[in-house]
Amino acid sequence: MIEAVVFAQAGTSPAGRLLVDFLSLGSIYALLAMGFVIIFKATQVLNFAHGALAALGAFLVASFATVLQVPGRWMPGAPLWLRWTLSVLAALALATIIGMVLERIVIRPMLGEELFAVAIVTLGLDIIIRTITNDFIGTQARPLGDPFGTNVWAIEGFTLIPWTIIAQVATTIVLVALVALFFRSRLGIAMRATAFDQEAARAQGIDVGRVFSISWGIGAFLAGVAGIFLSLFPRRAAGVDQSTAFFAFAAFPAIILGGLDSVVGAVVGGFAVGLAQALATEFLTGISFLGVGFAGVVPYLLMLAVLLIRPYGLFGSEEIRRV
Amino acid sequence: MLGRPLLRTSYEADMALFPSVTQRVVFALFLLFLVAIPFFAPGTIGESGSLPGPTFLGTSDWLRLLVTLGIYAIGALGLNILTGLAGQVSLGHAFFMAVGAYTAAVFGSPQGPLWGLGLPIWIWLPMAGIVPAILGTLIAPAAVRVRGLYLAVVTLGLVFIGEYLWRNLDFITGGSQSGRTFPALEFRFWQEEEAVLSMTEPATWFGVLNMSPTAKTYLFVLVLTAVMALVAKNLQRTRTGRAFMAIRDRDVAAEVMGVDEFRTKTLAFAISSFYAGIAGALLATFIGRTIPEQWNLNMSVEFIAIILIGGIGTVTGTLLGSAFVIILPRLVADLTQLGERLVREGGTWATILDPLVSTGSGDWGLVNTSAGVAPGLSVDQLNLVIYGVLIIGFLIFEPLGLYGIWLRIRNYWKGWPFTY
Repeated sequence: MIEAVVFAQAGTSPAGRLLVDFLSLGSIYALLAMGFVIIFKATQVLNFAHGALAALGAFLVASFATVLQVPGRWMPGAPLWLRWTLSVLAALALATIIGMVLERIVIRPMLGEELFAVAIVTLGLDIIIRTITNDFIGTQARPLGDPFGTNVWAIEGFTLIPWTIIAQVATTIVLVALVALFFRSRLGIAMRATAFDQEAARAQGIDVGRVFSISWGIGAFLAGVAGIFLSLFPRRAAGVDQSTAFFAFAAFPAIILGGLDSVVGAVVGGFAVGLAQALATEFLTGISFLGVGFAGVVPYLLMLAVLLIRPYGLFGSEEIRRV
Repeated sequence: MLGRPLLRTSYEADMALFPSVTQRVVFALFLLFLVAIPFFAPGTIGESGSLPGPTFLGTSDWLRLLVTLGIYAIGALGLNILTGLAGQVSLGHAFFMAVGAYTAAVFGSPQGPLWGLGLPIWIWLPMAGIVPAILGTLIAPAAVRVRGLYLAVVTLGLVFIGEYLWRNLDFITGGSQSGRTFPALEFRFWQEEEAVLSMTEPATWFGVLNMSPTAKTYLFVLVLTAVMALVAKNLQRTRTGRAFMAIRDRDVAAEVMGVDEFRTKTLAFAISSFYAGIAGALLATFIGRTIPEQWNLNMSVEFIAIILIGGIGTVTGTLLGSAFVIILPRLVADLTQLGERLVREGGTWATILDPLVSTGSGDWGLVNTSAGVAPGLSVDQLNLVIYGVLIIGFLIFEPLGLYGIWLRIRNYWKGWPFTY
């Protein structure tokens, strides 16, 4: 949970600050939520380990880019941005492989089991990954060594860090890619069929194991992407630290708001939660009655309110109950 | 019907808690053993070591662990009713425990800088159950509307909202910095000076038995745990318990049979929260001083681990699971220290254990005893990882948990030497 959300740099007008906060938070939540949704939409598994995977991905980036200098150490003449981008790609590739391996070891044996049981398995996975990653991260935050450093962009009266813009672009690309995947590709149809009924999908010749494997790979990849943005913007210079894994829990309200199985819903939910939190930070901070950290619980309160009116989220498909 | 324990000729025999004489005798002996534990732990009777007895419980340190075990067992019984019987996955158990603990503090603690009414235990302990139960009833309508995985996330939100509340209600919780103290386990009729029975002072019973505070607390918690376990067990055998299980197995089918889904789920939440509140109050008073951050998600997960490892939906399994989850960290810590000593001494053991235990800043190993200095996981972290591995392992290989393992062993010996 981010306690104080101030992404906008000094010298920005209140409206600009609100806009920057909203966009920054919203895109982080949307990216996190889309990672949840792809795994849920393809396999009906609610992945509690997503936050841990995000922290793991960010930690891998930090290690590859700064400590190990892979692949930068073999290309001394290359510019910083190229070396950094390659490190990020290498780390994300490793995160994807880790996601697929975890699925093969832990989730695959649960194929066809109750949804609760599988969700609790991912909860166990979350503890393991979170604990080990946090132990590797240590007490100090690990910087990601991004090429922008402390540069800021000044646009039309307010200044912001480049990552805010890049996150918007990334969110849009991922959204379009996922929608295309689900509705315009054979694999996407296989995924939706698997989510609908694993046995029936198998009977139709769909390789359910492969669908699981691929969706976990994509999920871990997206978690890694979200993890990078997560450690880049809220605490600029700091990087990935022990609270990064916990932050992703705040994306749960976003996916619940949008409905567990809707990609568009995830993005809308993510930005709605981002807006609520930005507004709460802007207008409710300093009201002594509300105490400290109220902006942190706004997503959960919003989630409760929406669920009371629409129990399956704004865009989620309603469970049909036949008697 | 000696020798044919499965032959039951009446409904009463089928519903009996302990169907066979052997079970009754073994259980009575076990209960006697539990009662006797504080008496033969040296240091609690007269001079230290005056009575012979097993020495593995020889330090009051282990007795404290057993008290914690009993308290956790009460909490886990509550979660078992909600998750195991009624089938509602809840990650919000820590929230209701915190509500119970702070209710106890408000009713039981003397008035000071923080809120406190200074009422005796026979008011604050029941209130610590009743207030969370009322809160559970109030939250239940929201929980009943959302189903399945959505419910898990809603209860997850409850933990985070709770953490925010406890941090900010510092006139009750004392805030993050200092936390607050909780009422002592003392029996008074009203607010008189001298307590009738105090669990915080040593005493001599019947002129011969020297009781340490921990020993008295142990006996108190033992009685309470036994009563709560009996109630939970009996609940399973009532109309309400069967309604819970019907909702768990197929909510639509249950409704068709005339089970009121809303009423049943609300009741499950209320009963579960009652157990959680009592456990939270006892835990807080036993620890003495807690900060708001203690009631976090990890605590909820610990309780889920207990009921999953023990065997979901069974009282015996829940008790087994509590014992396992509470004693395991202690064993891991002890074994790590032993391993570190062996590695320092050198020899064959050192070669085997060296990759496991890290002894200093330069020595790589899986686990270390000095966190932050040596590489590897600290003992606490290793315990968390072990919980995670056990949750996954039991769900994949033995969904019935320790209770399932016990059933298999029993069935094996039932047919021995035949395999069927």
